[in-house]
Amino acid sequence: MRHPTPLIARIAKAVVLGVWLLITVFPLYWILVTSLKPTAEIFAVPLRYLPGSATLEHYRELFSFSSFGGYLRNSLIVSLVSGAVVTAIGVLGGYVLARFHFPGRGALMLAYLVTQMIPLFIALGPLYLMMSDLGLLNQMSGLMLVYVAMLVPFSTIIMRGFYERVPVALEEAAMVDGCSRLTAMLRVVVPVMLPGIAATFIFGFVQCWNELFLAIAFIDSEETKTIPVAMNSFITQYDIDWGPMAAATVVSILPTLVLFSFARRYIVEGLTSGAVKG
Amino acid sequence: MTVVKEIGSRGRTAARAARPAFDGRRARFIALCLLPGVVFVIAFTYYPMIRGGVIAFQRYNLFDLTATPFVGLENFRAVLTDDQFWTALGNTGIWVVASLTGQLVLGFGLALLLRRHFRGRGLYQAWVFFPWAMSGFLIGLLWRWMFNGEFGVVNDLLIKAGLVDEPIGFLSSPGWAMTSIIVANIWYGVTFFAIMIIAALQSVPQELYEAADVDGASRIRQFVHVTLPAIRTTLVLIVLLRVIWILNFPDLIYSMTGGGPAGSTHIATTYLIEQVQNGDYGKAGAVGIFVLGLLLSFSVFYLNATRFEKARD
Repeated sequence: MRHPTPLIARIAKAVVLGVWLLITVFPLYWILVTSLKPTAEIFAVPLRYLPGSATLEHYRELFSFSSFGGYLRNSLIVSLVSGAVVTAIGVLGGYVLARFHFPGRGALMLAYLVTQMIPLFIALGPLYLMMSDLGLLNQMSGLMLVYVAMLVPFSTIIMRGFYERVPVALEEAAMVDGCSRLTAMLRVVVPVMLPGIAATFIFGFVQCWNELFLAIAFIDSEETKTIPVAMNSFITQYDIDWGPMAAATVVSILPTLVLFSFARRYIVEGLTSGAVKG
Repeated sequence: MTVVKEIGSRGRTAARAARPAFDGRRARFIALCLLPGVVFVIAFTYYPMIRGGVIAFQRYNLFDLTATPFVGLENFRAVLTDDQFWTALGNTGIWVVASLTGQLVLGFGLALLLRRHFRGRGLYQAWVFFPWAMSGFLIGLLWRWMFNGEFGVVNDLLIKAGLVDEPIGFLSSPGWAMTSIIVANIWYGVTFFAIMIIAALQSVPQELYEAADVDGASRIRQFVHVTLPAIRTTLVLIVLLRVIWILNFPDLIYSMTGGGPAGSTHIATTYLIEQVQNGDYGKAGAVGIFVLGLLLSFSVFYLNATRFEKARD
């Protein structure tokens, strides 16, 4: 029997948790408020913690005077496609790694793990040259190829973890009933794992949505810019137009906020089941 | 229950019996499933990384590719004689140690507070874990705005609290800039530690605590003698991963200070990226190899050190 927690300790705990919540949420609140303030109010001292008069002018500016709608679409396409491809690859590869022992299995796992440790930035220059050679600069497809490669190890390792929690008996029964290995996997095992698959997809989506340096390196045309590239070009050396920038920040956080709230539990489960990547 | 078991064991025998006949098919299945991933990783991760390693020994400037001769250790010499690189290297140490310590301590604290179920815990976690889903770039922007010297909310709050009289140039003064980016990084990373440590804590068998209770051990003694040893492996691993990850996390610095003022917030990776942006791939490759060497030697040293302790236990 554990001793019941004394009241004072419970209050202290609630206070600490409350303060931490405030610290976590406040920056998000602050950027939201900034995005809703008229420009004059953004740059007015003393600061106003509630917008005196909320306005959508910065959002309007973002979408009517820059092609932010287009960047948004590009980011969506790149992230959706890369996320889907990488999840499919993970579903296949993870299955094999979870269910079979074959020569080279350990080496492959190691090779995948190593990519999670080595900074991708070492490859930044050469990747630029490759994209240039392949004629894929300023192409969303080029970006997607590299994003998929970047995420394959993670999706495979995490899917392997999910498969290991599904009893082998499930597909063996299906195979006894005459299914082939592939149909047993696709029709019996995969449906059981849908939450894990969704989490892998969402993780991939969010990573691509957020990726900055490869996108900056490869994409320089208005037509194919993704959101981070566009936002990066809003930053000049000395000045940032904080109204539209705050609006852009809010817009670009929204999709991840929605997805993350759906998949948080599964992502946490997946992460803690032995996969690696901050 | 029994039915499942029966089917399971029957299935297993069937599979074992069938194995020799299906060997070729099995190998083909394995190969086909792995092929797409392996091809991607070799083509777009390993190949460019190796090429990056080779380029480190070449004169390789994007703006003059007419000749890319091998120049031995020329690039390494250029890097090692660049004061900026040494500043960046020193900063890397400060950046990693300070960020890691802050994230670990606060994350551990948060995990301990969230360990046991209470009403609204799920909702609380959803909010508190959220920064983790944001990009370092956006978080950098968020904090860049909050640390703004003139209109920043941090200054405003400090002045209101009577802690300072004049607004501080958090990101414009070299003395403050590093501290500011570390604060932002801690804010961001606490979540990751909290998630991993909560998961580890939940895997500690409850009986261990019950036994400790019977022995009359205090909470603090329980923490030191039950909790810590039980999650030791997880801690060792996540600290290592986190060191690697913080070292490879230039995004936040890039959008907060861009390495400035006057290079005072460069770490090795932002310095590397600057070389890439300058088109000097040779020098960038040399920095890359240097960082890699640093990481590898740290990992080996760290794993040895922690295993040594385990053996002594």
